[in-house]
Amino acid sequence: MVELHGWADWLVSSLLIIGALFALIGSVGLARLPDFMARLHAPTKSTTLGVGGVILGSIVYFSVTASFSWHELLITIFLFLTAPISAHLLAKAGLHLELRRVENTRDLRAQPKQYSDKD
Amino acid sequence: MNKLLPAPFLSLFLLVFWLLLQNTVSAGLIVLGIILAILIPLYTNRGRDFPATIHKPFKAIEYFILLMVDILISNLNIAAIILLPSRRIKPALIEYPLDIVGEVPITVLASTISLTPGTITAEIRRDGRALMIHALNVDDHEKLIASIKQRYEMRLKEIFKC
Amino acid sequence: MLIYAVQFAFIAFCVALLLNLWRLFRGPDLPDRILALDTIYINSLALLVLFGIWHGTAFYFEAALLIAMLGFIGTVAAAKFLLRGDIVE
Repeated sequence: MVELHGWADWLVSSLLIIGALFALIGSVGLARLPDFMARLHAPTKSTTLGVGGVILGSIVYFSVTASFSWHELLITIFLFLTAPISAHLLAKAGLHLELRRVENTRDLRAQPKQYSDKD
Repeated sequence: MNKLLPAPFLSLFLLVFWLLLQNTVSAGLIVLGIILAILIPLYTNRGRDFPATIHKPFKAIEYFILLMVDILISNLNIAAIILLPSRRIKPALIEYPLDIVGEVPITVLASTISLTPGTITAEIRRDGRALMIHALNVDDHEKLIASIKQRYEMRLKEIFKC
Repeated sequence: MLIYAVQFAFIAFCVALLLNLWRLFRGPDLPDRILALDTIYINSLALLVLFGIWHGTAFYFEAALLIAMLGFIGTVAAAKFLLRGDIVE
């Protein structure tokens, strides 16, 4: 590892620390939120953003120490495109299996039958 | 133009993707990338049956920046909910009536809802006129629906003209 | 400064991975375990990127990209299996 100086040092360090904190918060949420649908919120948002921050830090680090290096951006784009899709599929699976929900969940659907996946 | 480039934005995206994957910019790579960016949409054109055109590219860029800011804010909200020990969450399953039509705009809206404050799109109604949203912590669901409509759906309607 | 930041990030991601493992073992249902696996994929990808910074090489990038793609496909396949009892319809 090459030590950086000045603004680059601060920028890379703060991106790495903020990203790691968000990813940690996402995993804490996955471990301690009460039911499946609530747990789904933590990794899709926090972990995606946290890993995105770490990858941005990596882009700045390699751009400063070596030559211009943007290809880590592909991972960030890929994660941000796929996180909603996997969340949607898992939510569908959770609703289909009729998992236990916390008792104060309000079901405000007008016609729940219109969504059921059982044909 | 239309014969050679059936999907100009897809072609541009493929070219940028190719250059990012190679991680260098040189004349040969750009020529090869342009060839790929023309050939791949031509080859896959028959399988793409969901036409969508972006009518206002600058509005689309503005929407993208707004989305980035909102993702940051939403993460701070989620972090507060996760880390504050005593707070009781009030989850709800909400039906969100759609005004926009078309597969691509609805997909973009659903992904936006999944990435922003405390909401996840769970399903679409069979007739395609409503989304089902799971909200992590909501007091007034009417207000949530109105804010999504005014903040995202109106902009998407303007961008895609649907 | 950077060296401490990278070490801090290593520790944070390892703790995150342990929490995900706990959720993976505890369950209680199959979707929970799939979600935990998906998060493990994403966190280990970040760990690989950090490892690349630590050693100052960009060679880990391809591995990270592959993990991202395989993780997504695995999650989709498992969720589909739960939904339909079948992956290819």
